[in-house]
Amino acid sequence: MSSNPVIRVTDVSKKFVIRKDKSLKERLVNARRSKEHAETFWALKNIGLEVDPGHTLGLIGGNGSGKSTLLKIIGGILTPTTGYVERRGRLAALLELGAGFHGDLTGRENVYLNASILGLTRAQTDRYFDSIVDFSGIEQFIDTQVKFYSSGMYVRLAFAVAIHVDPEILLVDEVLAVGDEPFQRKCLDRIKQFQQDGRTIILVTHSLEQVRQMCDRVVLLESGNLVVDGSPAEAVRHFREVNSELDQQEQAQRPHLLTISNPRTVGSDGVSRQNYPAGTGIGVEFEVTAEREVADWAAGVALTDASGLLVYGTNTVLQNVALAPISGTRTVRFRFDQLPVADGQYFLDLAVHPKTGPNYHRIDRAVSFQVENESTDPGVLALTPKIEIE
Amino acid sequence: MTLASSRVPESAAPAQPDAPLQRINAPRSFFRGFGGTAREIWQYRELLGNLIRKELKVKYKDSVLGFVWSLLMPLVQLAVYWLVIGNFLGAGAIPTYGVYIFCGLATWTLFSEILSSSTISIVFNSGLVKKVYFPRELFPLAATGAALVNFGFQLVILLIADVIAGATTGKWPDLALLPMPVLGLLVLIVFSSAVGLLLAAANVYLRDVQHLITVVLMVWFWVTPIIYNVSRVSRALPHWAYQLYLANPMASVVFSFQKFFWPQGKGTAYEFAGNVYGRLGVLLVVSLAFLWFAQRVFAKAQGNFAQEL
Repeated sequence: MSSNPVIRVTDVSKKFVIRKDKSLKERLVNARRSKEHAETFWALKNIGLEVDPGHTLGLIGGNGSGKSTLLKIIGGILTPTTGYVERRGRLAALLELGAGFHGDLTGRENVYLNASILGLTRAQTDRYFDSIVDFSGIEQFIDTQVKFYSSGMYVRLAFAVAIHVDPEILLVDEVLAVGDEPFQRKCLDRIKQFQQDGRTIILVTHSLEQVRQMCDRVVLLESGNLVVDGSPAEAVRHFREVNSELDQQEQAQRPHLLTISNPRTVGSDGVSRQNYPAGTGIGVEFEVTAEREVADWAAGVALTDASGLLVYGTNTVLQNVALAPISGTRTVRFRFDQLPVADGQYFLDLAVHPKTGPNYHRIDRAVSFQVENESTDPGVLALTPKIEIE
Repeated sequence: MTLASSRVPESAAPAQPDAPLQRINAPRSFFRGFGGTAREIWQYRELLGNLIRKELKVKYKDSVLGFVWSLLMPLVQLAVYWLVIGNFLGAGAIPTYGVYIFCGLATWTLFSEILSSSTISIVFNSGLVKKVYFPRELFPLAATGAALVNFGFQLVILLIADVIAGATTGKWPDLALLPMPVLGLLVLIVFSSAVGLLLAAANVYLRDVQHLITVVLMVWFWVTPIIYNVSRVSRALPHWAYQLYLANPMASVVFSFQKFFWPQGKGTAYEFAGNVYGRLGVLLVVSLAFLWFAQRVFAKAQGNFAQEL
């Protein structure tokens, strides 16, 4: 890692104490016991990371994994229990809803207050004001108290202020989800422009799609621990694996009416292998075992790439294949004459399910295989275009 | 506090690669760090101005009379005390009793407003505390600032009352005594800011503080010589208790205002005979030390504000 980061987090831990009694009376009455009754938990454990200028870092993880806490500590809003954070440059934070608006003030007053919190002088705010309002697209309501705003309007205004204060570091926590589609696109465009200007962004989000699109580095947190710090594809894959493991544990505890077993891929010659040159045929086979006779059933496969992107998916219902009632063990085979995809590793998810309703059994990433393709064109699909110029 | 200075707009260009990393919320020892925070607050002075404006706006948002309310309250109090205490209960022997009360009422209103609004300032602004970083001390200070603006209006009323009283009695304030209320005001601001900082931090952890303070302020009001005269206290209390009574910082502040704004009492038995300058000097030193202590306690507590709110 470069020796010149804009943010350095050194061995940060954060302990929360959850006390349920708040009033003086309760504290006095429970004075002895309150120590024993106070629950503590570590929201973050020994986190260390460095962010270099110009990078976009994504923080992902399940609910309560400590993403937002880490973001608040980087923003200086919370103080870590141990460890410390260093950073340089002006910082703007969009945490949860809004960046600190006061409900009783109008949009206009809040813009001025917020801008001065983020370090703009009055004269500078005057200069940017029209552009802020223009970006937010809520001219009509600018003189209305913000407590009457919808959550979308609130975020629009907050985002507009935050990007106009010209921050070198932008912290974004999950806020973009609130805006409508056109506004989200506008924000993403603006964030791309930020990236091109060489500014640093830290993004907390649950949208793995967004992570893949915007971040060049992703940190995965799991109950306060840093689990993965690497490329988006790597972190997203790990995150999905953790989730599907949980799913499968849950599934394993449920008895299955139908069970998938022995999944494998085979070439057009019927031989199972790991690597498939592009353009050759490929099939996936698996056994389905029925506990008792089941009339309503269907089987499906989904092809995903290494980053978890769905490349293709189908099932017997979509293909209009009528299935006879199943009893005992049957082999299901999906065959593709060719797989026109780019070079890389691919995975297949398998499932058996009724025509409508929850799965009988599902295995994510049941098999993996390698596609060998000499084409270096970007993208998931490997097409062979003919180019003509007239 | 280069962290704050790097937020100063002039340096808003993209980060200079050679700018050093700044530690955020670096822990400081209890005995050091006051100067750093003070500098940081100075760098945020424009924000402080905006927060004071916000404070004033929010208070009277959606009310028709707005500012008038903050004037009406002491004026009504003045009228009631003048009528009930001055006339019904016969304290009217004090010359220009209305001016006498208003010297005390104006300073008391400032004091109680600073304390009660500082106390709730952090909790009331939780939306900001949880979302953005800047020195948290700005919230109680903004509450103090807003109270001072209201005090300015009351001072105007007091001056008008002085002109009327001067015209009718022929006794005008002695300009040589002007430094006295100025020093008194300074003591009041330093002392109440210190108490306000402590209470604001305490209220985050224990919401009872905001209710407790109204009770304490009521008692405090009656042990300060605002509507009655200190000469009665000296007769009613044993010597040691009277000295204790005079140790109340607000008593000396009220005396300093009465000395200047209530010239009609000069030379009468109702005038406080002690050394007001001496008392104020000692109080100022003690209050400054207290302010330092309060800020350090506040600094220790503020790291957990965002999670307690």
